[in-house]
Amino acid sequence: MTFLNFLISGISLGSIYAIIALGYTMVYGIAKMLNFAHGDVIMVGAYICFYAVSRFSLPPVVGVILAMLVCTVLGIVVERLAYKPLRQAPSLAVLITAIGVSYFLQNSALLLWSSNPKVFPAFFTTESVDAAGKTVTKNGIQLFDGRLNISYVTIVTIVVCIIIMVGLTLFTAHTKMGKAMRACSEDKGAAQLMGINVNGTISMTFAIGSGLAAIAGVLLCSAYPTLVPTTGSMPGIKAFTAAVFGGIGSIPGALLGGLMLGVIEIFAKAYISTQLSDAVVFAVLIVVLLVKPAGLLGKQVREKV
Amino acid sequence: MKKLKLNQTTRRNYLTYGLVILAYAILQIMNGSLSSSLKGMLVPICAYVVMAVSLNLTVGVLGELSLGHAGFMSMGAFTGVTAAVALQDLIPAAPLRMIVALIVGAAFAALAGFLIGIPVLRLNGDYLAIVTLAFGEIIKSIFNNLYVGVDSSGLHMSLLSDNTNLEEGGKLIIGGPMGIGGIQKISTFTAGFLLVMVTLVVVFHLVNSRAGRAIMAIRDNRIAAESVGVNITKYKMMAFVTSSALAGAAGVLFAMNYSTIVANKFDFNTSILVLVFVVLGGLGNMLGSIIAAAALTILPEALRQFSDYRMLVYAIVLILVMLATNNPTLKAFFGRFKPGKRSGKEAA
Repeated sequence: MTFLNFLISGISLGSIYAIIALGYTMVYGIAKMLNFAHGDVIMVGAYICFYAVSRFSLPPVVGVILAMLVCTVLGIVVERLAYKPLRQAPSLAVLITAIGVSYFLQNSALLLWSSNPKVFPAFFTTESVDAAGKTVTKNGIQLFDGRLNISYVTIVTIVVCIIIMVGLTLFTAHTKMGKAMRACSEDKGAAQLMGINVNGTISMTFAIGSGLAAIAGVLLCSAYPTLVPTTGSMPGIKAFTAAVFGGIGSIPGALLGGLMLGVIEIFAKAYISTQLSDAVVFAVLIVVLLVKPAGLLGKQVREKV
Repeated sequence: MKKLKLNQTTRRNYLTYGLVILAYAILQIMNGSLSSSLKGMLVPICAYVVMAVSLNLTVGVLGELSLGHAGFMSMGAFTGVTAAVALQDLIPAAPLRMIVALIVGAAFAALAGFLIGIPVLRLNGDYLAIVTLAFGEIIKSIFNNLYVGVDSSGLHMSLLSDNTNLEEGGKLIIGGPMGIGGIQKISTFTAGFLLVMVTLVVVFHLVNSRAGRAIMAIRDNRIAAESVGVNITKYKMMAFVTSSALAGAAGVLFAMNYSTIVANKFDFNTSILVLVFVVLGGLGNMLGSIIAAAALTILPEALRQFSDYRMLVYAIVLILVMLATNNPTLKAFFGRFKPGKRSGKEAA
């Protein structure tokens, strides 16, 4: 039963990684750049939601929507100001700019919201009145006489992840914008010749990725409720490795990579050592890359001579 | 007498040597009038300069991206300092002990680079970036949980918890998350300067040799290089191992300047910081790396008057510099002043 508990919390953590990894993988697929500022967009989303709910006492749903809106706008603005002028520049220059944006977001957050950790409110609780007339706050359901404990956050996270995955798969497969995205990631020049607005498509990708990052931020902070300006950086790095793990540029790959990374991390924490869990996660990544260099679901690109 | 004619590369290398020696001489003469905060930064600047030059060998000359250069620095720092502490009684002379520590640190970092290189450098593409990123994180968590002690019967190691069971009079060197404490600060600015010079000599000689030309051939066109018989893996390995060994030595220099050192000091952000030096200084341009490393290490200090805003200003400066240096209009404008460069051929 403990195994099942660990598996479920692993899948929940993995779902969060998967949602973050989507932002990396979509941007990489289309703009061929590693957006290192993505992890910090998560942090911004979490802060917006935190302030909306705990300071202005808005309902959580409004808080999440507000966070998504702010992050979407932030993603578009950052892309327009910092990345668009560098479309033709070497990829390392864009990488350094992304790092600059990441520092910028972290330090703005530090100035705006200070480095004091904020305790993220618990959204997913139910209140019921027990036999003695006391109000009991529950944050999860218990199965098998309390041996299996599933928190509501876990359930919501997994459901949200599934909805996003299905939605995004349908979006890229069937809508006009989705097709434009796939065309751009295949060949930007040819896509432009076919009348696709490449710049608009790239902006759209950043918008979607950043909006998803806001959701991921809220979910992450619901599960691990300490919020500081550097909250996003480590999950950001891990989600990036998850994207590589599953095959960067591939949406199902991001899901698979994220889930596997989450499960491995929780299992390593539970069965090997809490402190060495990161080492185990990254060691598995290295092994996978050696066996399958393109990632689990990545496309092996043939080399033309 | 025949006029001494030097080609452009050699001239550039001598210019680099000359400027470094000049900077050292000026700083030594001004030693009395330097502010104490700047004085304290001289050794870290030397360490970062070595880091930047060595990373430039991987990124600029070999053309592979490394996102975990701080991992090698960490490897060098911890092994080198351990050696220095363990040999404290055996080698009383500080400069000699420093040299031994530098060699040990460089050797272990080279070993790590070699072990990573064996599988990864056979692959093509950005794998080195991901694997070095992973390596940096792994090294950080291992050194955060490693306990090493020394007593009369030799070195003792244990992972996760302190099971070194030292004898009477033994000494715990690496204390897990506490890192190494009580380091004798034997790094001096002169040692840093000498390490920078050694690094430059090694890198310039490697780049201007047959091996160096092979390495640059791989960077420019791997397939063409392979087809004329260049052993890709061997030369990639040569550049990468040299780069990691130098990073290890830089780690020793850096660590020996502080009384305590923890593994978290060498994290992803440090790797990125060094990468920023390299890209800002110009890929393959060692003098640029040196200037960028020195300037950007001093910059947060110089921005002290902005106090809370200094890292924000740093970020903005970074973004603006990247935007300005890659702006086609500005590039064409400056291209006109460069003699010998065809201004029409700016497209990359």
